[in-house]
Amino acid sequence: MDKINSVEKLDKVIEDCSAAFSKKIRVGERTKDGKIAILVCGDTTCVANGSVDIQSELEKALKEYHLEDKVTVNHVGCFGLCSQGPFIKIFPDDTIYRTVKVGDVKRIIEEDIIGGKPVEDLLFVDPETGKKIQKQEDVNFYKKQKRIALHGCAVINPDYLEEALGYDGFKALKKVLTTMTPQQVIDEILASGLRGRGGASFPTGRKWQFAANVQSDQKYIVCNGDEGDPGAFMDRSILEGNPFNVIEGMMIGGYAFGASEGYFYVRAEYPVAVRRLKRAAEDLEKLGLLGDNILGTGFSFRVHVREGAGAFVCGEETALLASIEGKRGMPRPRPPFPAIKGLWGKPTCVNNVETLATVPYIIRIGAKEFAKIGTEGSKGTKVFALGGKVNNVGLVEVPMGTTLRTLIYDIGGGIPKGKKFKAIQTGGPSGGCLTEKDIDTPIDYDTLVAKGSMMGSGGAIVMDEDNCMVDVAHFYMDFICDESCGKCTDCRIGTKRLMEMLTKVTKGTATEQTLEDLKELSEIIKNGSLCALGQTAANPILSTMVNFPEEYEAHVKEHKCPAHVCKDLMKYVIDPNKCKKCSMCARNCPASCISGVPGKEPYVIDQSKCVKCGSCMASCRFGAISKE
Amino acid sequence: MEKVNIKIEGRIYSVDKDLTVLEAARRCGYNIPSLCSWNHGKCSLASCRVCLVEIRTARGGKLFASCVYPVADIPAEKGFEVFISSPMATKARKASVELLLSNHSKDCQTCVKNGHCELLHVAQVTGAEANKYEGELTPTTYDDLAPGIVRDTSKCILCGRCIERCKEAQGIGILGFEKRGFQTIVAPVMNKSFAKVPCLQCGQCINVCPTGALSEHREIDKVDAAMKAGKKVIVQTAPAVRAAIAEEFGKKVGEENGTGRMVAALHRLGFYRVFDTNFSADLTIMEEAQELINRITKGGVLPQITSCSPGWINYMEFFYSDLIPNVSTCKSPHEMFGAILKSYYAKKHGLDPKDIYVVSVMPCTAKKYEEARPQNAVDGLRDVDAVITTRELALMIKRAGIMWNSLPEEEFDNDLVGEYTGAGAIFGVTGGVMEAALRTAYHTLNGKEYEAIDFKEVRGLQGVKEAEVDMGAAGKVKVAVTSGMANAKKLLDEIREGKSEYAFIEIMCCPGGCINGGGQPFVKPSLMENEDPDILETYRQKRADVLYTIDERKTIRQSHNNPDIQVLYKDYLGEPCSELSEHLLHTSYVKDRE
Repeated sequence: MDKINSVEKLDKVIEDCSAAFSKKIRVGERTKDGKIAILVCGDTTCVANGSVDIQSELEKALKEYHLEDKVTVNHVGCFGLCSQGPFIKIFPDDTIYRTVKVGDVKRIIEEDIIGGKPVEDLLFVDPETGKKIQKQEDVNFYKKQKRIALHGCAVINPDYLEEALGYDGFKALKKVLTTMTPQQVIDEILASGLRGRGGASFPTGRKWQFAANVQSDQKYIVCNGDEGDPGAFMDRSILEGNPFNVIEGMMIGGYAFGASEGYFYVRAEYPVAVRRLKRAAEDLEKLGLLGDNILGTGFSFRVHVREGAGAFVCGEETALLASIEGKRGMPRPRPPFPAIKGLWGKPTCVNNVETLATVPYIIRIGAKEFAKIGTEGSKGTKVFALGGKVNNVGLVEVPMGTTLRTLIYDIGGGIPKGKKFKAIQTGGPSGGCLTEKDIDTPIDYDTLVAKGSMMGSGGAIVMDEDNCMVDVAHFYMDFICDESCGKCTDCRIGTKRLMEMLTKVTKGTATEQTLEDLKELSEIIKNGSLCALGQTAANPILSTMVNFPEEYEAHVKEHKCPAHVCKDLMKYVIDPNKCKKCSMCARNCPASCISGVPGKEPYVIDQSKCVKCGSCMASCRFGAISKE
Repeated sequence: MEKVNIKIEGRIYSVDKDLTVLEAARRCGYNIPSLCSWNHGKCSLASCRVCLVEIRTARGGKLFASCVYPVADIPAEKGFEVFISSPMATKARKASVELLLSNHSKDCQTCVKNGHCELLHVAQVTGAEANKYEGELTPTTYDDLAPGIVRDTSKCILCGRCIERCKEAQGIGILGFEKRGFQTIVAPVMNKSFAKVPCLQCGQCINVCPTGALSEHREIDKVDAAMKAGKKVIVQTAPAVRAAIAEEFGKKVGEENGTGRMVAALHRLGFYRVFDTNFSADLTIMEEAQELINRITKGGVLPQITSCSPGWINYMEFFYSDLIPNVSTCKSPHEMFGAILKSYYAKKHGLDPKDIYVVSVMPCTAKKYEEARPQNAVDGLRDVDAVITTRELALMIKRAGIMWNSLPEEEFDNDLVGEYTGAGAIFGVTGGVMEAALRTAYHTLNGKEYEAIDFKEVRGLQGVKEAEVDMGAAGKVKVAVTSGMANAKKLLDEIREGKSEYAFIEIMCCPGGCINGGGQPFVKPSLMENEDPDILETYRQKRADVLYTIDERKTIRQSHNNPDIQVLYKDYLGEPCSELSEHLLHTSYVKDRE
């Protein structure tokens, strides 16, 4: 492609790319000379499940069948329903296949591409009717979603700028550069009600306004892609699925408050995202969409990609900036806020990946339209990484105000094995738990906080009756202890002491005083810590103590773990009446602590030697072994 | 300075706009306990959480570290209020200290900082309970491999003052945070020993450490052993020691010239002879001024740089050893003294040099390293056998039960090497060596004394001082004086680039010179209730003034006029920079030290 150095050229390129792209992913009847497009999920989860092999197998097979001119194969970003990947989507039929394996490739080509009939057993199945579903939009998981931040994910090939340009890419940038003043852009974002998606939920427009108000020879915009919550992968999927969209959002921000340099800070554990982002930036620079005097408008912008070394705390903006500067990733006190004094002492706005990915959409459709989505105080959509005890594990983007019930049951497909819902943990290690009583609460920033949790960056982990809430708090505390940077006293030592108290509870050695101390120290750390990591570190404890006091009491007073999770407070027992004396349990026991006489005497577990691994229970075919 | 109104505990005060809440509160009469803040918040990391105050608006109160919070951001007009004693704030401060104590080695009785511990102080004022929280302790490191500094992380509270101090004063950043979370420690890179990294051993980190985590490597045991072995233990004291030692006995900074009582105490401690390093400071000047004249008149490498400060020599060998030709080859004064005691003095008295044991009382921890340098020995005999700091000497005096205030004032022993001049005395402050050397160089070049005596251009505590001095016959000469390696770097880079205009540069490792050395009494405002609140700004000047007063009161103020020095050259050394002088009094340096 030639350099795009004028608005006219961009218009022409967008026109050409759009035409080519809509021809490629056209939905409708197959025509004789029409091409068939196969999209293969290239998101990390599906890659881990073999989608790269599937793609190369597809390409190989197409050659064998001499179909390479008729059929194109592209990898795309995340389809969302990661627990059922890898996915393949075929146009123009608009067929989606799930859990595809390399071995299925020949059948897909023979039956679908050549035969024109979908491969039945790879289709989705409606859980209620049992009927096969061919189109993505008919799958329950997708019905109530709305993709704004995930725009282009699972549609475009993230390695091709042409595809991004053919799918709305850089229309917003063009609009901004040609028809809006920087202040108008800020006003538009303010009017849209967009709030930061990274956790703190600060209004993005206000942040930009602060930085715009500061006079400086140099300003920076930084994209925070240091997604560290256990189980969260929203940012990764966005970056992997459509890096161009995020870069465009960043450029719009840069234009709005006067930054000419942008930094992406992405976890080094996201190699695919880093690779695609770097390639996207290189391609944009080659075309002149990044660099000096973009489109001849006088606006200059450059992008740098920095990889984080894997510290959770670097998601905190001041720690992130320190890390970019090559220093140890430790937060510093604010004020001064980065918008006044940030990267290398210059005014800097740090925006989350999802926030920036939403910006182009707002500019394209206008603040007014955008503000119609969501609730009073929280506009637009939010991406969640839905995980835990839920049937449909994956990435979902829903309008703000969607209820937990919709999220868990309609989209998530409910709790596996007919178990009972117990809680949903939102906001990652900094968040809290919501329970059955909150299930019809519309989710937005403010309702979650009011209920003692938070939106956070979008982790949503569902728990059922088999989860011990003390153990859950213990898990998050363990994570926080590991990830505390060690700078401030309250977080460094306080979280360790909390962890030790929780350990006592899970071991049954705590007293009622321990619970008092837990609560008191949690409050102290919440109030006294230097950064948000410490200030929210005790949330999992506080919220589980509020919502599940009876579980804590059972551990302390009765020395019992009601969910039979805490190993020191539970045991495996064999019901002599159900035992068939088959010896299977004893043969599977790694600690050799089960004794009995095959065919004669029921088996018994020696509790003093039992390591509580659960092998016996798993091996018993008669359900004679249970947890107590 | 522009003012801002702030409301503290319900009262409105007008304060300078550039202050932190902690500093502003102090000026309004509130001393908020703090640990990590140092130098009025200039080195604050806000890490210790001991200075938390509640800042309240209509929306409610939140806790902030007062040591870094700018008052400019919380004007009373906008409804901001500061509460120091609200239940939330007092509870939080107490808890922070209790948490620190829960991960602290509590051997306070035997701790090297017993009596100087700021953690104990804040524990007292916050009302912290010693065992409120208990649990695992962070795995610790005890590093006493380095000659000057001992690091015991079991006492470290991770305030980060030492990290900031090293960066600010020396510009090298030997210390940093290592590991993370509860495992975090302050350490040289990869938790290496101070002996294995390019540490200057200057001890500035020790001076700011609020607890016993950093301390000097004590050598009192060595002195005891030498006494016990019946050696002739001769002690010498550096000029800066007398300017500060009285502080160890409750005197205000600069209040007392401790010379007389210190000498009296040393006599009572059983030293064979008590001498003044000032004598050898004069000797150093004789050698160094001659070296300078030789370089100027014979076209040697210029600028010449002083070599008295072992911290600076360390820095040079680690980072600027290409400048070795610029550095004076003179040993530092106490090493010269040791060499003279074990040669000239021993010979005159018919003593076996091996029986002489030389102890130097120094304001410096790097001198402990210098003492052990292989180059600082003559014919296999160490010039100096033990170096103790001002603080260690104070401890020896206290250990012996000697009551400072009851001591008479005594004179140094007048025995061949006992005389000293005002020029020697000012060695202890930045600019002193320069001034002393100029006085003697002027005399050598012009055959007469410099009339004004003082070269006041080189006095003062600024980081870099430059002057153009009229050296009479040699014309005008440009000189520079600097202290603190962060300051020196600029001058050194100029030399490296061939752009230096100076003939002579004095470099002292510690900011302000030896009066602020790493072995000097601690200046900790929170523990010095009788000092002015700005003591951290004024203590160096106050100590310097003690030395300048000594100089002024001396009748002989030029090194070359020291009668004992004159006899030494006449009877023994011959000329300055003679062959024997070179053998005894000059040293060599290591290129690219690792």
